[in-house]
Amino acid sequence: MNKLQTGCIHLVGLIFIVAIGFSPITSTVAHANDSLYDALGGTDGIEKLVEELLFNVAEDRRIRHHFMDIDVVRLHEKLSEQICELAGGPCTYTGDDMVKSHTGMGVTRSDFNALVEGLQLAMDDLNISISAQNRLLALLAPMHDEIVGR
Amino acid sequence: MKIKQIVMTSALLAFLPWGAEAAEGRLLATGGATTTEGAAGGGLVPWAVISGYTEDDEMGGTVALTRAQVDDYRLDVTAASFSYKNRFEISIAAQQFTLENLGAELRQQVFGMKYRVAGDLIYTAMPQVSVGALYKRNTRYDIPELVGSQRENDWEAYIAASKVWLAGPLDRTWLANVTVRATRANQFGLLGFGGDLNDSYDVRVEAATGVFLHRSLAIGLEYRQKPNNLSFAREDDAMSAFIAWFPSKRVALVGAFLDLGSIAGADNQTGYYLNLQASF
Ligand code: HEM
Repeated sequence: MNKLQTGCIHLVGLIFIVAIGFSPITSTVAHANDSLYDALGGTDGIEKLVEELLFNVAEDRRIRHHFMDIDVVRLHEKLSEQICELAGGPCTYTGDDMVKSHTGMGVTRSDFNALVEGLQLAMDDLNISISAQNRLLALLAPMHDEIVGR
Repeated sequence: MKIKQIVMTSALLAFLPWGAEAAEGRLLATGGATTTEGAAGGGLVPWAVISGYTEDDEMGGTVALTRAQVDDYRLDVTAASFSYKNRFEISIAAQQFTLENLGAELRQQVFGMKYRVAGDLIYTAMPQVSVGALYKRNTRYDIPELVGSQRENDWEAYIAASKVWLAGPLDRTWLANVTVRATRANQFGLLGFGGDLNDSYDVRVEAATGVFLHRSLAIGLEYRQKPNNLSFAREDDAMSAFIAWFPSKRVALVGAFLDLGSIAGADNQTGYYLNLQASF
């Protein structure tokens, strides 16, 4: 092995360790989400974001059928509350738990990803920074299991 | 080879407008790129990811063209894969390795399969784990035999674990992959399998890590340990530093700096790597 290669395996190792070591901290402790709420534009920003998301979802032929006969006003309110609370804002989620609210819907893995894409586009449109986007997605991703295949 | 490349390029372009027909159930970049061996991954290392964007009951795949150019050698690869349900992948790659100083060439075909056994790249706490096998076949065996290779075709097996952290360090999305491979290949198999120094399987570790600057743009490093079976020339490990761009779920473009070390007595073989992939 030449010097460059030796250096590089160390670098790969180091980045690997850093990535593994930091990730639980960054997603739970360090960002107990004081500033994510602000980065999303506070309560107004979050309500606007959920509105954009619901517009995107309504236009997405892959998943719009799930949202045909629902109480959209309630969904907007509950989802906004939930994101606000997750982001460390001054809100309390008052809706049903994730398993209960998605049971009987048969949400697929593709459906879940389609909704994530709708959210990404909504965040792009509202000029939410990449860091804030990633932090919000990291908070939502663990709900995958509670929502998909119910 | 020229004709094959033209055919592949047209196939590649033909797939681009498929849009609506194509598998699209997964998030951008989660099918990775096409390795030189045809399996989905980075460039040098097969990852646990399944090629293309198939999810649930979708079928899909990829076609790809690769060129690696180092000081004294050039590698051209045309590859294709078929992917099913984000569960399993089969692949084929045709490699042509040109020894520019000698005006000679080596040729190899690689047939691959990969099966996701556990986990999800993004949504589970555990990494996505896949097992894979590659069957490699030298279609020109004159030079490998001359330098001491023991056989012209062989199997390799590997297990790979890949994980993504959506908000890792610096609130960026990070990926890490570790692959462990059992192999007897000399220079990726281009110089045959097994040699006068060693003719048994070696277990080799390969690693990759990357960070997404944006969800369509990643930079990263790969490292691949290799066996050292032939007495005629030392074989080094390989590494690359890459940048990967995913403008859409249809196309991906990877550029890299390559360091392949010493190949067949020519030291310090460094250069560039380019990979164009279309997914459908
Ligand atoms: C991380 C992802 C998701 C989150 C955080 C989320 C959150 C929520 C929340 C808070 C509610 C309201 C619960 C209540 O009314 O008490 C809800 C309802 C609903 N969700 Fe989700 N959801 C997610 C993914 C999905 C996906 C992927 C789909 C389908 C493609 C979906 C479809 C629905 C529908 C149709 C309702 C309305 C149910 C009704 O009012 O009858 N959700 N979701």
